[in-house]
Amino acid sequence: MDDKLLLAVMQKNARIKLTDLAATLDESKEDVIDELTRLEKEKVICGYHTVVNWDKTNTDVVTALIEIKAEPEREYGYDRIASRIYKYPEVETMYLLAGRYDFALIIKGHTMQQVAHFVASKLAPISGVTETVTTFVLKNYKNSGLIMIEDEDGKNDRLVVTP
Amino acid sequence: MDYESLISDKAKAIKPSGIRKFFDLANQIEGVISLGVGEPDFTTPWTIRESAIYSIEKGRTFYTANKGLLELRQEICRYYDERFHVKYDPEKECIVTVGGSEGIDIAVRALLNPGEEMIIMDPGYVAYEPSIILSGGTPVRVHLEEKDEFKLTPEKLKEAISDKTKLLLINYPSNPTGGFMSREDYAKIVPIIKESGIIVISDEIYGELSYEQEFCSLASFDEIKDQVITISGFSKAFAMTGWRLGYVLANPILTKAMVKIHQYVIMSAPTAPQYGAIDGLRSCRDEVEEMREAYLSRRNYLVKELNDMGLTTFKPQGAFYVFPSIQSTGLTSEEFCNKLLEDQKVACVPGNAFGESGEGFVRISYAYSLEELKIAMEKMRIFLDNLKKNAK
Repeated sequence: MDDKLLLAVMQKNARIKLTDLAATLDESKEDVIDELTRLEKEKVICGYHTVVNWDKTNTDVVTALIEIKAEPEREYGYDRIASRIYKYPEVETMYLLAGRYDFALIIKGHTMQQVAHFVASKLAPISGVTETVTTFVLKNYKNSGLIMIEDEDGKNDRLVVTP
Repeated sequence: MDYESLISDKAKAIKPSGIRKFFDLANQIEGVISLGVGEPDFTTPWTIRESAIYSIEKGRTFYTANKGLLELRQEICRYYDERFHVKYDPEKECIVTVGGSEGIDIAVRALLNPGEEMIIMDPGYVAYEPSIILSGGTPVRVHLEEKDEFKLTPEKLKEAISDKTKLLLINYPSNPTGGFMSREDYAKIVPIIKESGIIVISDEIYGELSYEQEFCSLASFDEIKDQVITISGFSKAFAMTGWRLGYVLANPILTKAMVKIHQYVIMSAPTAPQYGAIDGLRSCRDEVEEMREAYLSRRNYLVKELNDMGLTTFKPQGAFYVFPSIQSTGLTSEEFCNKLLEDQKVACVPGNAFGESGEGFVRISYAYSLEELKIAMEKMRIFLDNLKKNAK
């Protein structure tokens, strides 16, 4: 099976019906199920989620980028300290970086106070964390490859029939 | 004054397209679900657009060299070598044109004399025959068949060649059939081309949109390379139809002759698109591949759906068209398309628009999102069910 194509199709639309997915891959439904199960098991596919523009809802969501300096540990490097950070549900995304800071996090909360409190009371005291920088997000233009705001770009005004 | 009588014989000789009426009708109806376009649904990659905008900001608004920016020609030749293993000299063997269409025109006009014959494929793209007529040449149509997946077979080619044959035009992957010629397929006709000494115009505009099999550029056969005029462009692979940018690659003598026509008729291809295209060739490999994958998945979907509905559809290996047979409905291509448009407001192109061998087929484009195709296929299903009910 063409895994590359499967992943490309699924990445564009994870909600595609199994019948259609099988058709686009030119494979049987059973084979596609087996392949998806395998990819999920091997963590090639780590999950499926909905990209929400919270600004358009009544829910208050505050997003912050947190950069962290940390001290690596003998034997574990950065992994053990990372695990103590990423286990918090507030941490939406976490990267290990090469550069001035060691980790970059994307944190979500309901208010700025809540986020600030989380950083001050949970992240900063973790042993090995030496510095944090919190930057609040004002607007999300693009997320996971999707443009989050109204954009006329690509408005399709092709003719109906052309040779 | 009788202006009609003033029209030149050549302009008169170009037959108005028989499906013009259908096109006009389809373009007028509100809320049409179209499967009829011959251009990508993707917007040009931002990198290309940004480079073109930047060139305008920098005031690069002048003519370029007749043959196009040398930098672009160098990129084109590098690209053709890397992708398709054919080497051309950017100085002497490359012209940047106003779309592939201009390339076809200057190639035909540079070579075809009145009375000489040029072989074209039927079904085939609509612009080839008028070019021949404008040169005073005679079109000779090769009638391709579904059983061969619309490939040009050595038998058919031999049959079409006469002592008057000067040119052969092939277009694989093909508009409208999606037909494809692999290296093995070409290997069967290359000796005939070599022996006959004819010049081949190879319209490779859909080359990047090849699926299971690797695209083969005809000029990659060294023994006939100098007999081949390769035509391609940015419209399909880079989603740049509206920019009108293509190119011609051919041996220096033929190139020189084509440049003569190009320089007087066109002067040079538009400048901003040329700057955009340089960056397209340098850095849009991923975008091109992503679009190809999208087309591939849609093709798979359509071929399955149409066959499930009882419209026999072979699996095309390239371009973004499927060419299902509608013979089982007992309708002609035009009847089928007209009824489909009336009943379900779905527009596709009757196969006979591309020559008489297209009769019994319709061209369905998959330059649409999967969601759009799904709706269209549902409507198509209802249409076919209605046809069956009415027949009873």
